[in-house]
Amino acid sequence: MLAVTIPYWGQTLLRVLGGIVAVLLPAGAIVYLFLFKMMSFMQSRLGPMEAGPYGSMQLFAEVGKWLQKEDIMPARADKYIFRAAPLIVLVSTFLLVAVVPFGPDAYFTNFEVGVFYMLAVGSVSTLGILVAGWASANKYSLLGGLRAAGQLIAYELPMVLAVVGVIIQAGTMNLQAIVVKQNSDEIFGLDWIGNPYILTQFIGFAVFMIAVQAELTQTPFDMPIAESELVSGYMTEYSGFRFLMFFIAEFATAGVFSLIASALFLGGWGVPFAWFGWDGVDEISNWMNIVGPIIMISKMMLLAFIIMWVRFSYPRFREDQLQRFAWKVLIPVSLVNIMITAILKVAF
Amino acid sequence: MSLDAMLGDRQKLAYIASQAADARLNVELETEGMTLNIGPQHPATHGTLRIICRLDGEQVIWAEPSAGYMHRGYEKLTEVRTFPQVTSLVNRIDWLGSFANEVPFILASEKLMQIEAQPRAQHIRTILFELSRIANVGLFLGDLGVQMGAVTPVFMAFRDREYVLNLIESATGGRFHPNFDRIGGLKDDLPKGWIEETRGVMRKLRNFCTEMEDLLFGNEIFQSRTRGVGVIPKEIALSYGMSGANLRASGVDYDLRRDQVLPMAWDKTKFTVWTHPDGDSFARCWVRLMETRESTLIVDQLLDTMPAGPVMAKVPRIIKVPEGEAWVSTENPLGEMGYYVVSKGDLGPFRVKIRSASFNNISIVPWVLRGVYVPDIITILASLYFILGDIDR
Amino acid sequence: MARPEPKRVSPLSSDTASDSPIAELPGDALRERAVDELRRALGDSLIDSLIKPGDDVWVRVALTSWREAGAILRDTLQMDYFCFLSAIDWMPSPYGRGEDEPGAEIERPTEIKQGYTGGETRFQVFARVASTDLHYGITIKADVPEDDLVVPSWISNYAGANWHERECHEMFGIGFGGHPNLINMYLPTGFEGHPLRKDFPLLARMVKPWPGIVDVEPLPGEDGPSTENLEANNPDGAAS
Repeated sequence: MLAVTIPYWGQTLLRVLGGIVAVLLPAGAIVYLFLFKMMSFMQSRLGPMEAGPYGSMQLFAEVGKWLQKEDIMPARADKYIFRAAPLIVLVSTFLLVAVVPFGPDAYFTNFEVGVFYMLAVGSVSTLGILVAGWASANKYSLLGGLRAAGQLIAYELPMVLAVVGVIIQAGTMNLQAIVVKQNSDEIFGLDWIGNPYILTQFIGFAVFMIAVQAELTQTPFDMPIAESELVSGYMTEYSGFRFLMFFIAEFATAGVFSLIASALFLGGWGVPFAWFGWDGVDEISNWMNIVGPIIMISKMMLLAFIIMWVRFSYPRFREDQLQRFAWKVLIPVSLVNIMITAILKVAF
Repeated sequence: MSLDAMLGDRQKLAYIASQAADARLNVELETEGMTLNIGPQHPATHGTLRIICRLDGEQVIWAEPSAGYMHRGYEKLTEVRTFPQVTSLVNRIDWLGSFANEVPFILASEKLMQIEAQPRAQHIRTILFELSRIANVGLFLGDLGVQMGAVTPVFMAFRDREYVLNLIESATGGRFHPNFDRIGGLKDDLPKGWIEETRGVMRKLRNFCTEMEDLLFGNEIFQSRTRGVGVIPKEIALSYGMSGANLRASGVDYDLRRDQVLPMAWDKTKFTVWTHPDGDSFARCWVRLMETRESTLIVDQLLDTMPAGPVMAKVPRIIKVPEGEAWVSTENPLGEMGYYVVSKGDLGPFRVKIRSASFNNISIVPWVLRGVYVPDIITILASLYFILGDIDR
Repeated sequence: MARPEPKRVSPLSSDTASDSPIAELPGDALRERAVDELRRALGDSLIDSLIKPGDDVWVRVALTSWREAGAILRDTLQMDYFCFLSAIDWMPSPYGRGEDEPGAEIERPTEIKQGYTGGETRFQVFARVASTDLHYGITIKADVPEDDLVVPSWISNYAGANWHERECHEMFGIGFGGHPNLINMYLPTGFEGHPLRKDFPLLARMVKPWPGIVDVEPLPGEDGPSTENLEANNPDGAAS
């Protein structure tokens, strides 16, 4: 359709812009739809209604509000690290979105080891949180940062192990290939469902979603923030633009992890190829490059909805209960999942 | 004395105590502790309570509450008021269930004057008392969720509390500080249609209690956060003078509505006194939930048996309470609240000792917080349920 | 004290909800028995007692046996519940109720007259304890000599007395012997004076008289003590 050759610098520019949009758009959508509106409806109130029709401009109002705040920093805080911490957390989100495929040709990069890269880079935010807690010169932030360090490291493992099951089943670490495989395969001989790995890897999916909830420090795993104890934990001393970065990072990471989960488990940007009679990646029509992102976004919204729904419903775990849950429940379960997947993969 | 110097002194004291604790620790474990101030500005303490904790990692070695940020000098103030004026003063001790604060003082004054309110006044007093209990403990149930991290139940609590506050407002004119009780009876009679409205609201509140039970108490995370946390055995609770739901949750069957004779209408109703043998945080929360539901049933019974008649007994226009001393305490939403009124035959009291429930309830905090984790501090404080005005008077 | 293991109860039920009616309403016989017990144990230290029929019981003990009396109340009379502990300053306030112009010279009564069960000193410390089983309470008082304002601490009897004694100390200046941590409860450290003493003025009323003074005129046919005020304010005839 649009057979245009764009010079390399143009492609880079497009990719950068696309990356920014791919991070900020889910963040904005999640914040408005779920944090403002869904949470309010669950709590029998209306949420923001003033800014724009049904409060749709509230997001921009919030951004404007945060931007115009005074930039304060505790006197004893470590200046450079204090300033760098929100950036570290935000950087990991941008790095993550680089491997998410949005369409057959609409991707930023196409790593052969995309999953490996994703898991590695996803833990960079841990550093940012720990550093924010320490550099704030505040005992509450310190407690939050230490709790975060323990929690985020603990829940990295179930996430990794849950994804290993997908890798075994797909046979590749390339996210684009995983998506293609899910849509072109068949399950139980029915090719009109494709083979979204949520059906076979349901244990892995559950473990992955729980681990993602913990990685995002969302309730019930929000000990690092723990609003009623630590008054925002590692974010206590941040205000203005820096807090905005943390805020965006939190919801953007939620969006990006949902994108990754939908790529790994729900079939990503595609619908089962059998619907259109395609046999491989090359046969896909070009309009899929436009429709693909839309499908991807809608799957992301579904998963983010689940994450947020759980967040607003449950009380929070205590730190030791949280750790116990990760080490004694999630890791064994995911190990068993890997074993079963491997056995079944070889057997069939 | 300036605030800085005051903080300096208290921190010095805390530092000295913590050095002692440190010395012990350094011998045993060779670690250093961290002193953390919870409060006075903190989302978890209902007001300006400051708890100085010495932590070893996340475990509390030593905790000491430092009350008094809200001390308003009530006992001194009562000495310069006349008897009817004290009512509007003591409304503000427990500001969530404020009608309940007026009642023991009025009863003590009536005891000294040897008059008794009319039956209708007694009924209405009891109904308003129970309504203030429902308003107070309804908020507690919502607040419990927020302390645990569940942000949704508190909105339902506030929504359903509005109904009760509307009722109180339509009867007394004030949502939070009704100032309605008078020596000898009440200020006014009930408005038209109030009884029917109250019946409807009680039904709604029973639904609310069921909702809370499902939403919060049945939740596994809530159970794991509160079961076995902050266990207070019976003897300790009694010797510290804990009262109300805290005492009943430790297994002591003591309820001042049932266990004493007062000129109020509780003896004309049948109700269950709920106790729980565990004495942990879950028990305290659970007992309060059951009590709220029980209160709605009491109000229903009282509405059915409301006698007709005047609401004000024959009292002189200017009230001079004869010389004497009287003690009356009632089962307030927070616990046992009592007034020891000493009168010299003047227009105003000579000395009023206000025994407020939260003062005793919080004095147990140093004992109960030893060895718990930081999140458990919040759980225990939330389950003990205090109001700052009650601690600090 | 070692904490007991929490019993597992089925999640949302209680096995000890009680429907019992008002059990064993305390009769005067119970109160008289309490006073007799105390007299037997304390002998002459039990200086005075007062039983108001159907109402309440007060006793006054000598200060030397204050702690012992507490122990007897807790052990022999099964008063396991500690209600409160405080003090009373029986001197009439030299400042009245702050309703007069500040600086006005007004004659006020200065006689110190104690209340129930009498007393000899200006300060009296009093406490209340109750029994959760027998459903009655007892108020116990003791004189505190002004030149030696020290009272034996009740912490050994009831742990809850800790905070009450701290408050009593800062408000009245009464020392408590044997208290581990007698620092201020409500007032800032270094606060001078003891607010609840009658000679400590309520500063707000010293600055100006209170605007909330009630000026009540008597109802028709009723004599009120403010008739003097009324005549002064309405010299050309008050409403009858």
